[in-house]
Amino acid sequence: MRVRIVHDTIYRYDRPVRALVQALRLTPRDHDGQHVLRWRIEPSADGRLTPREDSLGNIVHMFSADHALDEITMRVSGEVETADTSGILQGSVERVPDPFYLRETELTAADEAMRAFAVSASGDMSADPLGCLHRLLESIHRQTAFDTDTTHVATTAREAFAQRSGVCQDLTHVFIACARHLGIPARYVSGYFFRADGVVEQDAGHAWAEAKVPNLGWVGFDAANGISTGEAHVRVAIGLDYLGAAPIRGTRQGGGSENMDVKLRVERGRPPRQMQLQVQA
Amino acid sequence: MLSRTADNLYWLSRYTERADFVARILDATMRLAALPASYGGERNEWEGAVAAAGNLDEFKRLYSAVNEDTVRDFLAFSPNNPSSIANAIEVARENARAVRTALTTEMWEAINGAWLELKGFNGAEMNREEFARFLEWVKNVSLSFDGSAYRTMLRNDAYWFTRLGLAIERADNTARILDVKYHVLLPQTERVGGSLDYFQWTTILREVSALTAYHWVYRQSVKPWLVADLLILNRQMPRSLANCYELLVRHLDLVADAYGRRGPSQRLASAMQARLSGTKIDGIFALGMHEFITDFVSENNKLGAAIAEQYLV
Amino acid sequence: MGRAAFDEMTGRPNGQAAEGVRSAYAALKEWLETCPPDFFDTRRSQAELFFRRIGITFAVYGDNQSTERLIPFDIIPRVLTKPEWELLERGLKQRVTALNAFLGDLYGAQECIKAGVVPADLVYRNPHYRLEMLGCPPPHGVYVHIAGIDVVRVDEDTFYVLEDNARTPSGVSYMLENREVMMRLFPELFAQHRVAPVENYPDALLKTLRSVAPLTATRDPTVVLLTPGRFNSAFYEHSFLADKLGVELVEASDLFAKDDVVFMRTTEGPKRVDVIYRRIDDDFIDPLVFRPDSVLGVPGLMAAYQAGNVTLANAVGTGICDDKAVYTYMPAIVRFFTGEEPILNNVPTWCCREKEALSYVLDRLPELVVKEVNGSGGYGMLVGPHATKRELDEFARKLKHDPDGFIAQPTLSLSTCPTFVASGVAPRHVDLRPFVLTGADEIRIVPGGLTRVALKEGSLVVNSSQGGGTKDTWVLDG
Repeated sequence: MRVRIVHDTIYRYDRPVRALVQALRLTPRDHDGQHVLRWRIEPSADGRLTPREDSLGNIVHMFSADHALDEITMRVSGEVETADTSGILQGSVERVPDPFYLRETELTAADEAMRAFAVSASGDMSADPLGCLHRLLESIHRQTAFDTDTTHVATTAREAFAQRSGVCQDLTHVFIACARHLGIPARYVSGYFFRADGVVEQDAGHAWAEAKVPNLGWVGFDAANGISTGEAHVRVAIGLDYLGAAPIRGTRQGGGSENMDVKLRVERGRPPRQMQLQVQA
Repeated sequence: MLSRTADNLYWLSRYTERADFVARILDATMRLAALPASYGGERNEWEGAVAAAGNLDEFKRLYSAVNEDTVRDFLAFSPNNPSSIANAIEVARENARAVRTALTTEMWEAINGAWLELKGFNGAEMNREEFARFLEWVKNVSLSFDGSAYRTMLRNDAYWFTRLGLAIERADNTARILDVKYHVLLPQTERVGGSLDYFQWTTILREVSALTAYHWVYRQSVKPWLVADLLILNRQMPRSLANCYELLVRHLDLVADAYGRRGPSQRLASAMQARLSGTKIDGIFALGMHEFITDFVSENNKLGAAIAEQYLV
Repeated sequence: MGRAAFDEMTGRPNGQAAEGVRSAYAALKEWLETCPPDFFDTRRSQAELFFRRIGITFAVYGDNQSTERLIPFDIIPRVLTKPEWELLERGLKQRVTALNAFLGDLYGAQECIKAGVVPADLVYRNPHYRLEMLGCPPPHGVYVHIAGIDVVRVDEDTFYVLEDNARTPSGVSYMLENREVMMRLFPELFAQHRVAPVENYPDALLKTLRSVAPLTATRDPTVVLLTPGRFNSAFYEHSFLADKLGVELVEASDLFAKDDVVFMRTTEGPKRVDVIYRRIDDDFIDPLVFRPDSVLGVPGLMAAYQAGNVTLANAVGTGICDDKAVYTYMPAIVRFFTGEEPILNNVPTWCCREKEALSYVLDRLPELVVKEVNGSGGYGMLVGPHATKRELDEFARKLKHDPDGFIAQPTLSLSTCPTFVASGVAPRHVDLRPFVLTGADEIRIVPGGLTRVALKEGSLVVNSSQGGGTKDTWVLDG
């Protein structure tokens, strides 16, 4: 499927901001199920934009603004060709060994209740780990209410689990925390999701988890939708948790309070129009 | 030198100077308010004091009435007034602490000692006599701090930034008094001096500790236009605008020479100095005293911002 | 408690009649015996006055009553002979060389993981193992420029390394100030002993820092000391060192990064910074990379560091060496990277992540000292012989719950030194933190270090946050 994305992140400041610096994890890479046809990042302000690769293999652009500004829009747009691989990830950029993805972080630490839940929801890991992870995914999806008002960017997996509600970020953190407790390396993926119901305008990007299934490889688990990842998913960046994969991390000097707004369109891309040869009338 | 260090030194000086200024305003206002009604004029001295040494809007937000008690509290002790004496000493000391190693022991002891002693004063329970003693104490704090800076600091950029803070603050303070009281300072042609206004004029002189100086300079009875001349244009008078700009130009030049680079603050300061030295008091009255002062205050703020931009951030 | 401790003055186990004296302490013992008690009393109050006046204090966490405290100073010096020090010095150099090679390998070829010297998951799961350093060698390949290696002594010949501090070890200002005050108070004693000086430490530190300036720096590199600010518990030390080094003491807001170069804001405009002696943990140095809520850090600092345009001392990611589980592998690490037997050994340690070790530890909990792998400063620690039944049960529960999080060691009988206490002079347990400086050119160690002393009778906890004091440490030169 060809997915077309236009993603604007708009920051408005009370007072002019000096020295704005942002780290942008907004650029997808190719793997077997995904081919980037075209992609660009366009800041609305002048500045220096330099690409790098981080230690996990994500493409990170560092942006630093040249002048003070009251407002800035970071626009990313492009088209990606995706294919369904039953959630199995192949051909991706891997820079660090699997045990790294067992590392616990503040956002993904499990507590006693989550550990117990992970074990009971998944069943016996040794026999059929993939099946176990699917059962875990289903349980989390079933018993967690999708609610944009109960959590925020810094909500931990423990908090989200305790209140049984949250957004894709929170469900993903819960899944990751449980998987790691079961000894399965797991990581956070930020990206985009094409909605089959025809809704094009979205409020935010998407997030899901990947878990390293023994003898199979990395597999995508979308806890918010309760499914394996497929051709509707456009994979952008990975991390141990949201912080490691966050699309935009920024710092600034001055500016007073800040207001952030996201405008995102994810739609089916049209194949290139047939070029008509012009003929003389 | 780190910009932060220079910034701390600059504000340390500004706030110690401000504490002294607010104390003088309160002192002079108490005298004026103590006069019998028949000598007093409009009787809004306390409101005038707030206008000169603080912020009237802020004051009215905090208190329902303007009287001796509320103004004393607001200007001397209130934690809600950023320019109250107590706050000024607190902020000065915070700045001093941040650059402890850039200060001489004498300077540190002067400001830290004041900060410790300040805790011993209880504003709410002071009678007038105690309050007057408190104001005297504040003036002494500034004297001993500034004196120790003058006597003990190396004459390098650290010292120059303390002078810049002091001069900018002083210029602003003097201008504020002129702004509040400009209506009693009228040109010779429009005014026959009466006994009522005499006390307003002497109050102004007291506020800038210039009552004696006036007589030495002009050798005649107090005339409003001469008061204005003394405060604005007389270069011998330490708190005059002209003298403050001499200080500013001199120390900005020292900084520029040391760093081998001139910038907007040097330009702004010498432009204002040129303006002041080329002006006569009649000219100011002809143009409008109020307009002159309003313009000065805004230019002085611009210079403060330029110094900050060029050196302190 | 186990066997009686070795006393460094008498050379005998404590409790036995203290007749004899080791030759290093002979003059000192005579001095202690001949000077009248009130002489010591006045000197002690003079010392305290001195420390108060210079404001050498430290803050104690979670203590509302008195957040600014003076670390108690004991005026009886701790004495080491030249041969003892030479042994320590060789051992310390070997250990720090190994630490630097170990880090270079962990963030490079990872031979030690492949060879099974350290378990992979111990490294990769450790939050102090910073992926950002992978394939990104620091300027001149030095990771640990300043190491504080805590050493304890158990008998005439045996010193153990108790822990490695490879992040931002503190305490060196006490080493210097203790000597300063001792020389003022007891010039006579110094005349009788040939004590190796420590006052050249700041000079050695500055040489070390300048030697590791990035290749893109000028010949006269700019060094700064980065502090979290004056509310930090070790702020005194930061300002003290900056003064002695003659470098700017900067806070994060004084620095900024532009186009992968770090500058400080000065009254003369931006000035390039080449070497940052930072006293801030990794987590806080760059909000774009580590903790996003950090206001102590400099956005873009990591990018400049990775580009090789600035040196951080110590390097990012050295904290893995402080990990107490990694510590247990240090003897093997030393062998692997130096090809030599360790000169200074570890305290025998049970790593509770290993099953047999855990059951051994649970069986003998009342005899052991149990430490949290990521704890520091004596917090989160169980001293078995001194623990109540409830504390023991509590720790047993914790151990079973999270065995990876703990190590255990025998209750060492740390050596004792004569110390002034309320009842007069009595033996108290001590340790030693020497400071090892590694530059691009050489390893420098000033003779001695910080001796910490547990002032409570029988106590083995020397941490200043837990009622420990300090002593001047004398290395006799000949």
